[in-house]
Amino acid sequence: METHSADVAIIGAGGAGLRAAIALAQSAPSLRIALISKVYPMRSHTCAAEGGAAGVIKPDDSLEHHFNDTVGGGDWLSDQDAVDYFIREAPTELLQLEHWGCPWSREADGSVAVRPFGGMKKQRTWFAADKSGFHILHTLFQTSLQFPSIQRFDEFYATDLLVEDGRCVGLTAIEMRSGQMRWFDARAVIIAGGGAGRMFPFTTNGAIKTGDGMALAYRAGVPLKDMEFVQYHPTGLPSTGTLLTEACRGEGGVLLNKNGRRFLQDYGMGPETPLGKPVLKTMELGPRDRVSQAFWHEQRKGNAIATRWGDAMLLDMRHLGEKTINERLPLVRDMSISYMGVDPVTDPVPVRPVVHYMMGGIHTDINAATSLPGLYAAGECACVSINGANRLGSNSLTELLVFGRRAAVSALEYLQQGGRPAGGAALAEAAQARVRELVQRTGGTESVAGLRKEMMQAMEEHAGIYRSGEGLAAACAKLGELRQRYRRIELHDKTNVYNTDLLQALELGSMLDCAEAVVQSAAARKESRGAHQRLDFPGRDDRQFLRHSLAAYAGEGPPRVSYRDVVITRSPPGVRDYSGGHE
Amino acid sequence: MRQVELEVLRYNPETDREPHFQRYAVDCQEEWVVLDALNHVKETLDPTLSYRWSCHMAVCGSCGMMVNGEPKLACKAFLRDYPGVIRVEPLRHFPVERDLVTVIDDFVAKLARVKPYLIPKDKAPEAAEFRQTPAQLKRYKQFTLCINCMLCYAACPEYGLIPKYLGPAAIALAHRWNRDSRDGGRDARQEELAATEGAWECSFVGACSEVCPEHVDPAGAIQQVKIESTVDWYQAHLMPWTKK
Repeated sequence: METHSADVAIIGAGGAGLRAAIALAQSAPSLRIALISKVYPMRSHTCAAEGGAAGVIKPDDSLEHHFNDTVGGGDWLSDQDAVDYFIREAPTELLQLEHWGCPWSREADGSVAVRPFGGMKKQRTWFAADKSGFHILHTLFQTSLQFPSIQRFDEFYATDLLVEDGRCVGLTAIEMRSGQMRWFDARAVIIAGGGAGRMFPFTTNGAIKTGDGMALAYRAGVPLKDMEFVQYHPTGLPSTGTLLTEACRGEGGVLLNKNGRRFLQDYGMGPETPLGKPVLKTMELGPRDRVSQAFWHEQRKGNAIATRWGDAMLLDMRHLGEKTINERLPLVRDMSISYMGVDPVTDPVPVRPVVHYMMGGIHTDINAATSLPGLYAAGECACVSINGANRLGSNSLTELLVFGRRAAVSALEYLQQGGRPAGGAALAEAAQARVRELVQRTGGTESVAGLRKEMMQAMEEHAGIYRSGEGLAAACAKLGELRQRYRRIELHDKTNVYNTDLLQALELGSMLDCAEAVVQSAAARKESRGAHQRLDFPGRDDRQFLRHSLAAYAGEGPPRVSYRDVVITRSPPGVRDYSGGHE
Repeated sequence: MRQVELEVLRYNPETDREPHFQRYAVDCQEEWVVLDALNHVKETLDPTLSYRWSCHMAVCGSCGMMVNGEPKLACKAFLRDYPGVIRVEPLRHFPVERDLVTVIDDFVAKLARVKPYLIPKDKAPEAAEFRQTPAQLKRYKQFTLCINCMLCYAACPEYGLIPKYLGPAAIALAHRWNRDSRDGGRDARQEELAATEGAWECSFVGACSEVCPEHVDPAGAIQQVKIESTVDWYQAHLMPWTKK
């Protein structure tokens, strides 16, 4: 097997992976950095983020405000020491991107502009029109090209982490172009593999978001934390699930039911604010979990509008005018016209909640370290946790930068502490044999597309905005069954070069692992908090569940779920108030 | 609902001596794009078909391919615009890796060569941003919108004839950095841009700008590079005292 030796191997070349790679290259030019990704870096899903990145910069804002917004937004499930670290580092990281040439939108005086975002008390979201993630990704990617020590392995799919003597000592990956397995002999590994929204049929997530990074760590013995918290973004296009950024509402767009009523006022986010004059942290600038839940209730009351693609509400931006829409929301306008046939300048756009982001992920500490020595994780695949039970919009792009860099610093410290046991060859051989068996298997009775569809149906039906014990039990049984049946899939394509049948089979394996962790953790959490809402346990239960769930891989059986205390430093659990100061 | 005849170029280097077309009859929704039809084929008719895609919102740049002979993003090629048989082929001018997947090493290498990153003119301010007015931002913003989808290379007749040509996207991106008020790296990029295989190779057909899904206008960028290079030449040879 062809072998590549590296000091640090990074899996995933989106925002977090690139930020980590650059930090490593800058701190020690002699380091050998392997940047491994199943797609070319600029295809990473960071490019699809629209609204912006949060960081305190303006004189009327303070770190304390950002702290309180994030902790309250997360329904007190965030670790407060991690949030403190995050908000302190945020402005530095965003300025660093500016110094690397990111085309942030500007004020007339040339300073960086900020915009309002949901759940944030002050305007602190840096943005580049409505393509903020795209510009962050391309700025990082292009900046990374000046560092010869970053060796890229584009279109390499990581299959296994190699763990020897209790340490992570590398990984194996398939080179898509040849179909050959490669062994990466690495002293430390950083996973920056993104989220897993593709477990669900209706999602803003691109095809590549299949939870591969999470599954790699999980199978290597690192638990997945808080996986039951899945974020629904309130405003996706009903036809395709395409995201219309929260900035639509930040700029002044409003949500209407079929009667033309701004219904959020009926769900603890009122009273109504003047049209076109958005007020921070209330009404349309409430947090995503609350807004998505309000839609669910409106739907039950029969107040949704019917579209060919199911029930929807209306996002009305007409009063913003063509000039503002073109300047601030050009992508939104383009996509609404292209994929829905509706021009937001002249008509309200039908939207509905759509699976968007995983608050949960690989259990890491505040230093981006996992419980496995030599293994680090950052970005959506990781759970530090700063996002708690509900992430605030525009915190995740900043998180990529802050914890991408932090993972690099931690990996570097680990390397400086000394060596590691040699080896990994036998493990790499075993990983290769496992994939070879999957490719060559005959007599299988299951198909990738068939199992994927059943998984998506179970997730949509039972793990959505509102959940019940009964439904989750059915989902747990279903995912257990699919785990068994997955062993009997047979590929149609048994060739080597760019075999996407194989790729999709491996991705399905990742998603099934993540999905089982989601439903098992959701079944065990008998309370409602943030994005996890139980019809049978409608209240928050701080006595029992002010704790992170940890789902640990158990091979043949379902994951074992245990708990870990939340770090509370100075903000005791309180009431989430989005009434604009009226309650 | 409409049944669409898709004619897709297939090529697997392990099993095919040469590329061939395969036909699929696909039941499609009216509002679908070509990518939806391909996904339907992959899921229900033929799991062996290979192509790249991810975001389905024209921003990741993965799904560039030829649709009825024109370079398109499959996620933005609406079936309603193609009444008859739809022929889908890999992007022109690139080697085929397999089916609709092309080898893009050439572009990736060229992108790195033009130094597409900030080479700061001044030292970055301490704990503050470089000031850049909206007008200064506007001078280069359009050229930042390139998603590296490479439709412009597939459309460019020069690139088809002379593969060493730097090409539209790489030149436009170099130009993007040259026009950034924070940047002082134009001289460092000029070697690539002003070379024979740089901007001067362009014969100003303009096809790149026509096919660009993000309206970057690489043809405009290339002409600006030519003008600036000409000014350089005059300054260096006829008015050397004006050269900084």
